[in-house]
Amino acid sequence: MRHLRRFAFHLAAGLLVLATGSAALAARTDLVIGLPLEPPHLDPTAGAAAAIDEVVYANVFEGLTRIGPNGEVEPALAESWTISDDGKTYTFKLHTGVKFHDGSEFSAEDVKFSLDRARADDSTNAQKGLFSAIETVEAVDPATVKVTLKNPQGSFLYNMGWGDAVIVAPESAATNKEKPIGTGPFKFDNWAKGSSVTLSKADGYWGDPVFLDKAEFRIVPDAAAAIPALLSGDVQAFPFFQPDGVAQIEGDPRFKVVIGSTEGETILSINNKKKPFDNIKVRQAIAYALDRKAIIDGASAGLGQPIGSHMAPHNPAYVDLTGVYPHDVEKAKALLKEAGLEKGFKATLKLPPPSYARLGGEIVASQLREIGIDLEIIPVEWADWLEKVFKAKDYDMTIVSHTEPNDIDIYSRKDYYFNYDNPDFDKIIAELDITSDEAKRKELLGQAQKILADDAVVGFLFELPKVGVWDAKLEGMWENAPIQANDLTKVKWTE
Amino acid sequence: MTAYLLKRLAIAALTLVAASLMVFAVLEVLPGDPARLMLGLNASEDAVVALREQMGLDQPMIVRYLAWAGDMLRLDFGRSYTYSVPVIDLVAERLVVSLPLALIALALSTAIALPVGLFAAARRGSAGDTLSMGAAQVGVAVPNFWFALLLIYVFAVWLRWVPAGGFPGWGAGAWPALKALMLPAVALALPQAAILARVTRSALIEVLGEDYIRTARAKGLPQSRVLWRHALRNALIPVLTIIGLQFAFLIAGTVIIENVFYLPGLGRLIFQAITQRDLIVVESVVMLLVAAVIVVNLLVDLSYALVDPRLRTPA
Amino acid sequence: MSLAAPDPSAGPAAALRRALASRSFAVGLAITLLVAAVALISLIWTPYDVTHLVVADRMQPPSLAHPFGTDHLGRDVLSMIMLGARNSIAVALVAVAIGMGVGVPLGTFAAARGGLADELLMRFSDLVFAFPALLSAIMITAIFGPGAVNAIIAIGIFNIPVFARVARAGALSLWPREFVLAARAAGKGPTLITVEHILPNITNLLLVQGTIQFALGILAEAGLSYLGLGAQPPMPSWGRMLFDAQTRMVVAPWLAIFPGTAIMLTVLGLNLLGDGLADVLDPRLRRRR
Repeated sequence: MRHLRRFAFHLAAGLLVLATGSAALAARTDLVIGLPLEPPHLDPTAGAAAAIDEVVYANVFEGLTRIGPNGEVEPALAESWTISDDGKTYTFKLHTGVKFHDGSEFSAEDVKFSLDRARADDSTNAQKGLFSAIETVEAVDPATVKVTLKNPQGSFLYNMGWGDAVIVAPESAATNKEKPIGTGPFKFDNWAKGSSVTLSKADGYWGDPVFLDKAEFRIVPDAAAAIPALLSGDVQAFPFFQPDGVAQIEGDPRFKVVIGSTEGETILSINNKKKPFDNIKVRQAIAYALDRKAIIDGASAGLGQPIGSHMAPHNPAYVDLTGVYPHDVEKAKALLKEAGLEKGFKATLKLPPPSYARLGGEIVASQLREIGIDLEIIPVEWADWLEKVFKAKDYDMTIVSHTEPNDIDIYSRKDYYFNYDNPDFDKIIAELDITSDEAKRKELLGQAQKILADDAVVGFLFELPKVGVWDAKLEGMWENAPIQANDLTKVKWTE
Repeated sequence: MTAYLLKRLAIAALTLVAASLMVFAVLEVLPGDPARLMLGLNASEDAVVALREQMGLDQPMIVRYLAWAGDMLRLDFGRSYTYSVPVIDLVAERLVVSLPLALIALALSTAIALPVGLFAAARRGSAGDTLSMGAAQVGVAVPNFWFALLLIYVFAVWLRWVPAGGFPGWGAGAWPALKALMLPAVALALPQAAILARVTRSALIEVLGEDYIRTARAKGLPQSRVLWRHALRNALIPVLTIIGLQFAFLIAGTVIIENVFYLPGLGRLIFQAITQRDLIVVESVVMLLVAAVIVVNLLVDLSYALVDPRLRTPA
Repeated sequence: MSLAAPDPSAGPAAALRRALASRSFAVGLAITLLVAAVALISLIWTPYDVTHLVVADRMQPPSLAHPFGTDHLGRDVLSMIMLGARNSIAVALVAVAIGMGVGVPLGTFAAARGGLADELLMRFSDLVFAFPALLSAIMITAIFGPGAVNAIIAIGIFNIPVFARVARAGALSLWPREFVLAARAAGKGPTLITVEHILPNITNLLLVQGTIQFALGILAEAGLSYLGLGAQPPMPSWGRMLFDAQTRMVVAPWLAIFPGTAIMLTVLGLNLLGDGLADVLDPRLRRRR
């Protein structure tokens, strides 16, 4: 039975070997990277689209700090900093001799401008919350900035490493959307709308020199197009590859397939205020009915890691709660019966465009049908999803991956689309907010995870895998995705 | 002829007004808030409200329609919400892909279809007729995105003659750009050619059965002269109808092929604009396309009148 | 010549004889009946229940248990092809019916009346037609949500102007002809002439166009569902199956082969049948073969 498959693979591999013959001898210095979505514009301080950061983060724009390949906070434009004893004053020492790509000098004034602009009333920064703790920003001298917070904030340095917090110059802030001007090692070259964004090496970069001379981000919208683009050599790297396509690339020696982690908790969101989901027994029945193994195999090519609560498995505070509701159809049926719904009921499942949601949705619908819950699948576009599901909370169930890091607090937000309300949970989150002791924080995060799992607030499915596929001769690409970015500063060709 | 032309132009203008009302009305009921979409999941309510105001979305409907229609009349097509550049620039950027693609595909399809249709009609019942019409039947039956995938795997992945997709831009030189358009043009042209060949053949056969052709033959005119002078001329009406339809289809209806080859063409621009709720782009570009089709229709109608003078003064 | 004149080859018995003699009619009918039968059988029976996913059995190559293999979610591909046939035929058939039912009366009426009626009807038809079909279908589904019914509406609306224009073009070329002029001279009204003389003489043209639109309807449905805008799961559709297959072309080619072949065969069968019908129904053409 496997022969056909084997044969097909060998055939393909054979053809590919025949087709490869003209590799350049000198190490290449150009790279074409595939992007699934085109950025709407290129200003990371004025939009939430991940595609913006995927092009400009760390390449074109830099912040005071930056997030490293494994999610750690590293210095960037600030070479060092000191924190006052009360945790409220941060004094950043800036690098000197840094220039923007238009030749203008970078100084403390630019930092003050950028942070004040981001937190202003009329700011359209998509992550204004990152700056909400800031009371004042003061340029002490050209190389020193003092930031005073309203209250201590454990995540402040991390926040300053987000793409939304990069430093821009007053002269170019208004035109960054079209022609981004930053301090990074690559400068913006050209944007062929709908097609590609090209960056080239910036002269006189202040930091470690980069290896690539030219980097093109080419928009390749789906996996079906990505596979031939990769196989034909048009595109040499897909840092965010659809798990679906991996089977086609695996085993081809020309490519590296790297499975990393993301911050994406993929969940079956449930409207906790809507009948009959307001009944915990119904939610528990759903939790028992879900077979995570099948969902992970079908929706993420078996690459996702199962989760039992809202926390990434690679997070130090992670507690394994996948055993709270093991797959048990009988128990699920019994719980539905206790809830007075032994005949089952009808509900809707709204699915946004990503393949994990569409595929996962089909499997979830099939599994819930077994306990008598008849789900009508309604595919929606993101615009629709945001308006109807996320904002208006007009939904029964949906599948979505929550890709923000450390976002367990969303369950305590009033008016969040889960419609979940548990004072005990809120208390823990409130305490967490003012706790900076690591051990204590970990304990609180553990309790929070436990409550969410016990309450079966949503169906916890899996941690979204980051599947990167690139040319085997390429080095320095990020394996994980602590944030959505394609940091090219360490990328080089080995031959 | 002048009166006919003027009347046609007036009608075209009225059609455009009706179309603009339809486009605007349709987009009014399209769910989804562009401002929220641009700012994303964790955006604060303030930021969304601020952006809506900036985009002028807080104005009443009628004000927005008049503003939009007025701008269109002055040939100002607005600014894209998502790209924040003038829509006309976006259209221009995309047209340099879509227009050559459509023209190449149309030329290819006509160049294949007319001779094949003519040949098959002239030798009706011969092995050549059966074979070419059989091929046309298969050509019509193959889904073009499926055919496109096949082309990609053979000519890009295996033979590596042409890129698997994307468009380098004309700035990269005419040859690389043409190479990038080759597979999509073939994928688009083949089903169109198959349809056109069938229509050409059946139209010709229809005409060949007419009394006056039989008369011409009876008078002893040679077969080729009958075919070229009399039959083809009269068969052109349905053939031109189909070519007109196909051009309209090729200029904007190539979304799927543009997706398969990820070409930055007009079709994909609108497709993305719909999903991103970039309403001004959808409105303006759809209107431009509608205007283009109306003009093409006008030309096709006028060419009917040229081919068949009787139509100039319809009964 | 007038079609009203008696024709020795026009009787039903003669038509049947011709039908049996026509190769394309026979082959087309056989394929179409096969596809229709498969679609009908799927109403009462399919080898497996496609709403019940056995993910562990996914991507199995063709075997005795699964003659067409299984897909990426462990569903039996043969069962999905059967259900897909039902979906495709239903969508395309209703869409052609909408197009013909509205378009042909519009087109012939416009040709018969001429003047303002012609202008109004054809300009309205032009208006609909001026909208890019697939993009408008995408907009329609963006507003009303994707699904088979909205796919039918989207395809059907755009069939209307096609039939209207073809019917009008055909009718216009007939109106100046002697037999029509004779009928007018005999005092017959435009409606009667249209029914008695115009419609029978444009049937051939409409049938050719009808088969093209049916083929296009099947293909358009495939295209829409390929974009995710057609029938929704658990109802399978051929276009969607192709979409799911294309990321697995190298490792699971059967996922692409079977739905692709199904689309091709169905369209081919319908077209052959249409061609055959044209031969059978139009003795004038037949005689000259």
